[in-house]
Amino acid sequence: MSANGPNNSNSNGNGGFFGRFWAMTVKEFIQMTRDRITLATMIMIPIMQLLLFGFAINTTPHNLPTAVLMRENTDIGRSILAALKNTDFFEVRSVVTRAEDMDRLLESGEALFVVEIPEGFERSLRRGDTPALLIAADATDPVAASSALGALSGIVTSALAGDRQVEFAEPAKPAFEVIQHRRYNPAGSSTLNIVPGLLGTILTMTLLIFTALSVTRETERGTMENLLSMPIKPLEIMLGKITPYVLIGLIQALIIIAAGILVFQVPIIGHPAALAAITALFVITNLSIGYTFSTMATNQLQAMQMAMMFFLPNILLSGFMFPFAGMPRWAQWIGEALPLTHYLRVVRAVMLKGAEIGTLAYDTAALAGLTLIAMLIAVRRFRRTLD
Amino acid sequence: MIAENAPEVVIDVHHLTKSFGGRKVVDDVSMSVRKGRIHGFLGPNGSGKTTTIRMLCGLLTPDSGTGTCLGFDILTESDRIRRRVGYMTQKFSLYQDLSIRENLEFVARVYGLPDPREKAGAAIERLGLKGREKQLAGELSGGWKQRLALGACILPEPALLLLDEPTAGVDPKARRDFWNEIHALAAEGLSVLVSTHYMDEAERCHEIAYIAYGKLLAEGTVDEVIEGTGLVTFTVSGPDVHRLQSELDGVPGIDMIAPFGTSLHVAGRDAEELEKAIAPWRDRPGLKWEKGEATLEDAFIDLMRRSEDNFR
Repeated sequence: MSANGPNNSNSNGNGGFFGRFWAMTVKEFIQMTRDRITLATMIMIPIMQLLLFGFAINTTPHNLPTAVLMRENTDIGRSILAALKNTDFFEVRSVVTRAEDMDRLLESGEALFVVEIPEGFERSLRRGDTPALLIAADATDPVAASSALGALSGIVTSALAGDRQVEFAEPAKPAFEVIQHRRYNPAGSSTLNIVPGLLGTILTMTLLIFTALSVTRETERGTMENLLSMPIKPLEIMLGKITPYVLIGLIQALIIIAAGILVFQVPIIGHPAALAAITALFVITNLSIGYTFSTMATNQLQAMQMAMMFFLPNILLSGFMFPFAGMPRWAQWIGEALPLTHYLRVVRAVMLKGAEIGTLAYDTAALAGLTLIAMLIAVRRFRRTLD
Repeated sequence: MIAENAPEVVIDVHHLTKSFGGRKVVDDVSMSVRKGRIHGFLGPNGSGKTTTIRMLCGLLTPDSGTGTCLGFDILTESDRIRRRVGYMTQKFSLYQDLSIRENLEFVARVYGLPDPREKAGAAIERLGLKGREKQLAGELSGGWKQRLALGACILPEPALLLLDEPTAGVDPKARRDFWNEIHALAAEGLSVLVSTHYMDEAERCHEIAYIAYGKLLAEGTVDEVIEGTGLVTFTVSGPDVHRLQSELDGVPGIDMIAPFGTSLHVAGRDAEELEKAIAPWRDRPGLKWEKGEATLEDAFIDLMRRSEDNFR
């Protein structure tokens, strides 16, 4: 029984997998360029985020509001006060003499630090005792508190050392000295760490959303019904929807890296090709994961929420916000399943340490593995019917 | 194509059933459409027309039932059906943010047609859209959207067209053009299953099928369907026929009363019963009673009413 229509060729011609994939890619590309506002946003987001994070976020804080509680008015007390005033770490806002005032200042947040010079401090220091210098810190912001606390003891020590009156009471030198060597980031600059981190974060956020909306958008606009009635397969739809955004992802990466070099003088010590290759892989990983969400969600809002749910642990557990090694074991395991974790390791290694991709095989393989898993789920989850 | 005595069957489905959330939307529907025929698919809103069409082209999986579309099993060979069937959805479902040309090129590429650009160009010319090909599909009026959708449907040269209420919300001129096009395509050997609400469109079909509450109630040519209801109809005209309607309402022997402008259609399934029922009014002065043929609309309203009764 020949039910074929006239001239109805089968899958030959210039069709086949590639033809259909290409049809989808062209279509998605045109739609992407038509959506001018989204496109502009996607270019603006990296620039804005980078400038905000790069300039505003610095884990070595300055001008922390400080108060000094002077229980005695002595030379030593005054030289400590002077030393505190000399650093830009602290900003001595007030000098008080009563303990109640100290509590009030800390509670109200007027002071984040209070240095208490206790009664009889100078006398016991001259006697060779080890008097205690109390430092009260508002540790609700632990990062600011801990780095300032570290700095404070150094300031006080040098203030006392410079005071001739206590020369004879100089404490014994420690038995050994610790020499710190800040490798790859000699200045300890946090922008150097943040730029590669932001590269990964911005890519994760924007790319996840791009593809998370792609399938649900077709469903909501009613074009899915038509698409499903055509002889195109889930794999072809997926690849066609991802491909144009790989280009956008790479443009975003280029903008961030260029801004990093121009504005923050972040070096690229490793090979640019290695950086490009790993970035492309990371872009594809995120697009695949976003697409997977899109096949699971029933509308664009749900897809957005899923993307955000995935984005949050990426920021928190990848080593972008907090040091990876400091996380509990279970959190590290979750972190290992997130693409940003692997990308951060690789991109920091390549940009700041000059590592070759070959030495980063584990993280590269992990990214490739995550991509494959996401794609597999997406293709299996994609509903070819409207049931 | 050589004319055949027994034309081949392009749609042949049996006992299709589909439920959504425990409600049977399509219930035991069997249907056949012959090659080169325009098969009208009629029924009230929510009667299961769209669901049936979607099952035919593989967009929905029937809960039970079997059948073939263009000789391919609707359950297992939906990929091959997709390639040979043009499905026009009820709601415009091409890409509104793509131009006319881009939409057509997309379709041509997906179907793997050689030289998609040239194919799209030819389609644009055939549609009479030359010069407007760069216009976004979303900016087109309802009638042009419908033309574009049909153009995209027939671009891959399908053997069967499934059109789901293609003329809803389209002006009469565009509707007429549309139907002329459909007839031209059928003359070339294309088979068409088209769902509609309009009676005049139903009468333009070779065969019709009537579905209500998920059940197929009648199938055949227009005359066969009217005959199948066995309705005898009287047309009453005169002043105050509307008051007459309320008087006649509920009189045993009268199965259907419907106003048509200044006249009233009074129909019954049993001629004798009907004559008896209307006898008291026949001699009322001013009223003119005329025995006439039941129209397709009479038949449908009667079918619908009967199925409602069964449904209760």
